[in-house]
Amino acid sequence: MAKPEGEITWKDLEIGSIVTDPGSASQYQTGGWRTQRPVYDTDKCIKCGLCAIFCPDGCIGQNAEGYFEADLFYCKGCGICARECWTQAITMVEEEE
Amino acid sequence: MTEQKIGIEVSRALAIAVKLANVDVVSAYPITPQTHIVEHLAELVANGELDAEYIPVESEHSAMSACLGSSAVGARTFTATAGQGLELMHEVLYVASSMRLPLVMAVANRALSAPLSIWGDHSDVMAVRDTGWIQIFAANGQETFDSVLCAFRIAEDQRVFLPVMVHLDGFHLTHMVEPICIPEQSKVDKFLPPYQYPLPLDPDKPVTMGAFAPPYVYTEAKKAQQVNLTAAKEVILQCWREFGSFFGRYYSSVEGYHCEKAKVLLLVMGSFSETAMSAIDTLRGEGKEVGLIKLRLWRPFPFDEIRRAVRDAEVLIILDRAISFGGPGGPVCSEIRAALCNEDKKPKVIGFVGGLGGRDISPDGFKEMINRGIEISQTGSEQEFEMFGVRE
Repeated sequence: MAKPEGEITWKDLEIGSIVTDPGSASQYQTGGWRTQRPVYDTDKCIKCGLCAIFCPDGCIGQNAEGYFEADLFYCKGCGICARECWTQAITMVEEEE
Repeated sequence: MTEQKIGIEVSRALAIAVKLANVDVVSAYPITPQTHIVEHLAELVANGELDAEYIPVESEHSAMSACLGSSAVGARTFTATAGQGLELMHEVLYVASSMRLPLVMAVANRALSAPLSIWGDHSDVMAVRDTGWIQIFAANGQETFDSVLCAFRIAEDQRVFLPVMVHLDGFHLTHMVEPICIPEQSKVDKFLPPYQYPLPLDPDKPVTMGAFAPPYVYTEAKKAQQVNLTAAKEVILQCWREFGSFFGRYYSSVEGYHCEKAKVLLLVMGSFSETAMSAIDTLRGEGKEVGLIKLRLWRPFPFDEIRRAVRDAEVLIILDRAISFGGPGGPVCSEIRAALCNEDKKPKVIGFVGGLGGRDISPDGFKEMINRGIEISQTGSEQEFEMFGVRE
C-alpha cells in the first residue's frame, strides 16, 4: 500500500481488501511483539544452522562471516532457536537489558 | 415462443433457474429440506444438460469453502443448504461477504436443534443475519425462481459484488408443486450478463485474498463492507425494475396487500405471508381496516420503505418465525421497533413469535393473531412479544 498505515481510509482499500502487491507481508514488522531477543556466543556457534531450521518465522539467516543471526525486524523472541541450539550458543535476554 | 408455465416442485424449478443462469460451479452437501434442489442440479450436470462442475463435499463448511475458491477465480457459483447446514457454514459465510465474492445460495429455511426438527422456521436465517450477505425472502414458487435469477445479477453487479441468499421456507415452499413460468434461455442470457470479477485469482497476475488486516486497517475494511452492502439496495431495486420490464413480474423490498387506509397492519416474511393474505381478505370482508406487509428484503434492511409503509397505521403486528432467547423476542420485530423508535408518527408495535419448527398458521390462525394484537394494543399492556399458538 502506497500510503502510510495511519492514513489509509476505507476508500483506499481494494475490493474485498484484496492485496495486489504479492509478498507485501514482508513489510509488516513483527519484531515489535518481542520481549526477549537472542544474543549469540560466536565461540560456541558451529554454524550448523539448526536455529534457522527451527525458527517458525524463518527470520534467521547467515551473516558475512557465516554465523546465523535473527533479523530483529521480524524476530518475535519466541526462544525456540535458543532451546534447540546444540551448543547453547544462543541466550535470550530481556529487551530492556 | 413465450415463456412456459408448468406445474413443478419449487425445488426443481429453483434448480432450473440455476441452470438457466448457466452456473459454472455447484458445490453442495444435501440436507433436508434443501435436498431436492441439489439433487436435481446433480442430475442436470450428470445428464449433460448443464455444463458445470458439481463438487460433492463432506460438509457444508467445505461446500461454502469450495464456493469461495470457485467464485474467486471468476466462476459463477451456486450452493444451497438449510438449518444445521447453514450453521456449519457460519464462519465461512463472513469470508464470502467480506472478500466480496458474488456467489448465490438458496436456503431452505429450517428450524435448529435441539430438539431435532427438519421442519421450517427462520431460526437458521436469523443466526446468520449479520454475516454481510444480501438476503431476500421469497413468498411463493415463482418468487423463488425469479429471486434466483435476480440474485446472480445483483451479486455480480459491478457496484455490488456481494453474495446473496435466497430464502424459501422449508417444505412450505421447497416441497410444493406450483405453477411456475420458466423463461427461455435466450431471454435469461440477455437479462444476466457474463460474470466478470475485477481481481480474480490468476497465476499471471497474482493477488492475495483474505490476507490478515492489522488493527490499523480492519475498521476501514468493515466500513467499506457496510457502505457497500447498504448501497446495494439501490442496485437491488433497479434489478427488480429491470426484471419486471423483461419478464413482467415486479418486486419490491416491502410489499403491501390491502394497506390503503389500514389502521392495523400485519407484517410477515416468507411463504406465510401468502396464507396471511386469506386472513386479510376475510377481515376486510368483515369491514375491518387491516392490511398486510410482506418484507422481502431482509439485508440490506429497507429502513425508508418500512417507515413509509407503516407510518399511517395505528397498530403494527409482526410475526417472527424465530426467537431470540432471553432477548427482545423476534429479530424482525426488534429491528422494526428500532427503525421506528425515532419517528414522530409510528404505530404501536405488537410482536408475536410463532410458526416454529414447521408449525402451521392457518388463515384462521392469522385472524386470531390480528385480533389478539388489536386486543393487546388496546389494553396498553404490550410486552416485548407473545408466543403464538403455544399450549399453556
